[in-house]
Amino acid sequence: MTGTGVGPVLVELDRAWVGYEGSPVLHDVTFRVHADQLTGVVGPSGAGKTTLLRTLLGTLRPDRGRVARADGLRLAYVPQLETVNWNFPITVFECVLMSRPQGRRLPWPSRQERTDVNEVLDRLGIADLADRHIRQLSGGQQQRMFVARALLRRPQLLLLDEPTSGVDVSTRHEMLHLLEDLHDDGLAIVLTTHDLNGMAAHLPHLVCVNHRVVADGTPQEVIRPDVLEATFGARLEVLQHLGMPVVVDEFASGARPRVVS
Amino acid sequence: MTDLWTNLVHPLSYGFFQRGLIVATLAGALLGFIGVYITLRGMSYIGHGLSHAIFGGFAAAQLVSASYFMVGAGVWGLASALGISYVTRRHRIGADAAIGVITTASFALGVALLSHYGSTGPSFDSALFGSILGISSTQIWSVVGVAALTAVVVFLRYRALLFSTFDPEVAAVSGVNVARTDALLMLVLSLGILATLTVIGVTLVAAMLVIPAVVARMLTDSFGRMLWLSTVLGAACGLVGMYASYYAQVPSGTMIVLTGAALFVLVLTSKGARGMRRTAGLDSHTDADSLAVVDLPLPTRS
Repeated sequence: MTGTGVGPVLVELDRAWVGYEGSPVLHDVTFRVHADQLTGVVGPSGAGKTTLLRTLLGTLRPDRGRVARADGLRLAYVPQLETVNWNFPITVFECVLMSRPQGRRLPWPSRQERTDVNEVLDRLGIADLADRHIRQLSGGQQQRMFVARALLRRPQLLLLDEPTSGVDVSTRHEMLHLLEDLHDDGLAIVLTTHDLNGMAAHLPHLVCVNHRVVADGTPQEVIRPDVLEATFGARLEVLQHLGMPVVVDEFASGARPRVVS
Repeated sequence: MTDLWTNLVHPLSYGFFQRGLIVATLAGALLGFIGVYITLRGMSYIGHGLSHAIFGGFAAAQLVSASYFMVGAGVWGLASALGISYVTRRHRIGADAAIGVITTASFALGVALLSHYGSTGPSFDSALFGSILGISSTQIWSVVGVAALTAVVVFLRYRALLFSTFDPEVAAVSGVNVARTDALLMLVLSLGILATLTVIGVTLVAAMLVIPAVVARMLTDSFGRMLWLSTVLGAACGLVGMYASYYAQVPSGTMIVLTGAALFVLVLTSKGARGMRRTAGLDSHTDADSLAVVDLPLPTRS
């Protein structure tokens, strides 16, 4: 697995200022997504992680600066589970099929589309759940369904907003392995996370964001007390465990450190 | 049995009742059909507001010409709809507040104009609560036309409408023109309200957008099935309500809505907690609690 950023550039932000109604959330951000990257965007709430994702997606345009995309770039997006209306009356199959809105005009799927949907569900190990209502899935299965929906678009770049927010430990591990597998198959991935130990430390490439890009590199390069203080505005201690950085809260009183989730 | 048959057939000997029955059934079906999208998008209040706004246009247009009141009401309704989305986007006022201001003001203006100048078209009461009297063949054709247009629009834009209803942000990323799809739905909604206004009434139209869709949702977990079920239930409410209106001699809109309400109570009682849970937060996009609800039995295969 590589995170080196030597492949062709898929999306590039060049000195971009992005915000809502004139008040910028991202200040002067320069950022490249390479075809061989699996990148985690790390930062506190309100730091502009989702804004960065939306800028990459093209749903937000910079007020100043430039965004360039590779010709014919196919993007797909996995939203946060919390933003989804789980009472919406659709089955897993109907939900995955949604990401083919173009081409065929008829409401029902063609034989080819049926095969494509079943294939992608099979790849993600949820083929037997195709006829279930979306609410009847576990958190991990719901994530897989949205990844399936994204993969049906055959993307080159997959963007995920907080894929491990609100899920349990085993689901988080499952998600991490899934993303690593997809990355090994040649998919570029950018995800946002505020989970330093559970998620960020396991990724090959991290970008720390707090309205601007604070740091950019491997977890060993980025998960350092000075970088984390500039990103999160708090003193955090970094320990080493099995060659991986582990972030702990540093109490002023010198009390026992608490692991930051 | 013979009595029931006589009671069903007898009113059909009147031309006005035949026309009323056709329009009410079609109106129920049309509003039930559109209502699926409206309720799932959390736009019930917009439907309510739009019907009131259209009333203002209806009254104002009558001052100019009785024969063009439908056109005037339609233009006014669309202008209100656009006004609502403009105010919401630009002025940081919530959509509910914007609807409250714009459409109620429009409704008040309509009441003032009709009270002062009187009505040259449909009466005040029939505009508010619906009437089975005086339905012209033009009105039948306008309901038929709007229903056909709606069916064509939904058939051709089915996937885009479904995607932008369920998940507008991802739909936009996936190549759906969400703004255009939303505008198309607003257009269909305005035309639907306009065409059914005289038979169901300004104050009651919104109920027919909501009731069949919510009842259908309690009965199924599949979007496709909810769509046709809501249409059939809406049509049934229109049909039954029209007979009830004839025999009870009350405005047609009231009996159509009461039929729907009775159906709602019936299904709610028979479905119990399961049906309730399905409609809980029907339009909610932030209902984290529902993530925990996994104890439902499997739906049957579609």
